[in-house]
Amino acid sequence: MSWTLFLQHLANGIALGFVFGLVAIGYTLVYGVVKLVNFAHGDIFMMACFFVYYGITLFSFPWWLSFVFAVFLTALLGISIEKVAYKPLRDAPRISSLCSAIGMSFLLENFATVVFGGRQKAFYQPQVLNKTLNIGEIRIQLVTIVTIVVSIAALLFLNYLVYKTKMGLAMRALSHDFDTARLMGINVDRTITFTFAVGSSLAAISAIFWALRYPQIWPFMGVFPGWRAFTAAIIGGVGSIKGAMTGGFLIGMISIMLVAFLPDLAGYRDAFIFMMLVFVLLFRPTGLFGEA
Amino acid sequence: MKWFIPLFLVASLVFAAEPIVIGVYEPMTGPYAAGGQMTMEGVYLAHEQVKEVLGRPIQLVLVDNKSDKVEASNAVARLIEYHKAVAIIGSYGSAVAIPGSEVANKLGVPMVGCSPTNPLVTLGKPFAFRVCFIDPFQGTVMAQFAVEKLGAKTAVVIQDIASDYSVGLSHYFQEAFKKLTKNNKSVLGVISYQTGDQDFTAQLTFANSKNPDVIFIPAAAYGEAALIIKQARELGMKQIFLGGDTWEAPEFLQVGGKAVEGSYFSTHFDTEATTTPKAAQFIKSFREKYGKDPSAFAALGYDAYMLVVDAIMRAGKPDPKAIKDALASTKNFEGATGYITLDQNGDAIKDAVIRVVKDGKFVYVTTVRPTE
Repeated sequence: MSWTLFLQHLANGIALGFVFGLVAIGYTLVYGVVKLVNFAHGDIFMMACFFVYYGITLFSFPWWLSFVFAVFLTALLGISIEKVAYKPLRDAPRISSLCSAIGMSFLLENFATVVFGGRQKAFYQPQVLNKTLNIGEIRIQLVTIVTIVVSIAALLFLNYLVYKTKMGLAMRALSHDFDTARLMGINVDRTITFTFAVGSSLAAISAIFWALRYPQIWPFMGVFPGWRAFTAAIIGGVGSIKGAMTGGFLIGMISIMLVAFLPDLAGYRDAFIFMMLVFVLLFRPTGLFGEA
Repeated sequence: MKWFIPLFLVASLVFAAEPIVIGVYEPMTGPYAAGGQMTMEGVYLAHEQVKEVLGRPIQLVLVDNKSDKVEASNAVARLIEYHKAVAIIGSYGSAVAIPGSEVANKLGVPMVGCSPTNPLVTLGKPFAFRVCFIDPFQGTVMAQFAVEKLGAKTAVVIQDIASDYSVGLSHYFQEAFKKLTKNNKSVLGVISYQTGDQDFTAQLTFANSKNPDVIFIPAAAYGEAALIIKQARELGMKQIFLGGDTWEAPEFLQVGGKAVEGSYFSTHFDTEATTTPKAAQFIKSFREKYGKDPSAFAALGYDAYMLVVDAIMRAGKPDPKAIKDALASTKNFEGATGYITLDQNGDAIKDAVIRVVKDGKFVYVTTVRPTE
């Protein structure tokens, strides 16, 4: 393999890794605070794409306004899902809210099928972002660079939010014990609502960058990135934000490098990713960055 | 007891008018959604034109197979056992049509495929038929076109390993391409992805490193084919892309945009290259109903329905076994996509059409006749 070829693969890997990482941090944030695996995350992700789509086609918003509108609506959607499907089950055994999350996922997928239709739609690509950069012989999409910048910004923002603000303190307190946190005067409901708002906004942001790279949207589009992000979050240590980013990055890198170095085995890519998951769980059950 | 007689008469009338059920299983959602929905446009049009057979109304029952193999077998079982369908139409996508025809065959109800092209859909299944050509032919058509018309000497294939259609077509293309170039090494590489993948940069970087003349993409899902080509252009690749009948979907053009310009694919039907008088009539009524040109899948859906109705008529009774025998003896049935004669496997032998993407539209290039 030539040097330029390897570098092109590396660039592809970094690009895909950051896309997965960005999806995974939203997933892990909700788990970290509420201890709920939000299986509907992928579908909230999908809804965000349709909000953008209809913002542009139905209300003829400019694309950037449509993105903002979608992030806002998705946050609202996340909050309402929590109110309807998870809050009533907060004192029930954890398996109940898990089932409720899976139910929510099916509900959103089928709602989208009925309302938006089952056929794929092309996602709008603004001219500004639809450019390819040549660095030597390596080609990188401008969207990729923006995705990397946004991912790092999201990471820094979350770090600041969780470790430097009062709300973050409340979130961390909640992640240890709901009742004690409540006794300490923390408004549990408000904090959880806030967490879902942030988690869903992240889902929307990651969805927009996903769709800018892979511009076809349909009701089941969230399933694949959802599972990838879930795997990434487990590999990184569920609840750990930098772990999720790392997990996503690893999965992206492996997806590309497997094809690059073992082209004959390219069709078994998922087997390799899940093998990695099994090994991580065997030797570090809490994930790479998880707390014991 | 005089009231009994009119009641009896009414009852027998109701009984006589009991509908004959034709079941349809097509992907209305999932990665093949556009294919299923385009097929249904043709099926609905045909049903509108012929609503009765043997003096009884035809009831069309559609079950969505969700582009999923398990859902497809469930859909067929449901159509037969619950809806009591006497014949089945479907499905777009060989990956879902293979398990579907397996169930239909086991339950002894004839199935007529509209567009599934993999040989295994009908092979060894006496109750399975289809109105389209099969992949050993389609693969040859594209290889021949690449070698003779485009002057290609080398090729790379990017296949979907999770789809029977894709793996099959890829295989037949490679065989034909090697034979036609008289070079066993003319296929420089075969690289796989899986249904549902959205990122193909690794596969494309691999393909580009081999520097082939053409790249064959027998994608099972049109959206994925469009993304592959789009990403290839973004990686600066200049090769010509070739594909199979699944590419024909408006979504392919919308998602692919400018990137798919100049890509060739083989398909079943083109409004500019029809071979039967029936076709003109079909195109006219399709335009009237939907205000657009029919796709190959709509035409095949139309033909499948008409063939089933014709077979029921020839069988003389709505009995699955009799309909199967009638279907098996189909000779020169005039359809919108050509004259249909079914061979011993239940497959149609028909022309293939090659189309190219030009100015955001599918444009007719040429017709290829089977050699035998």
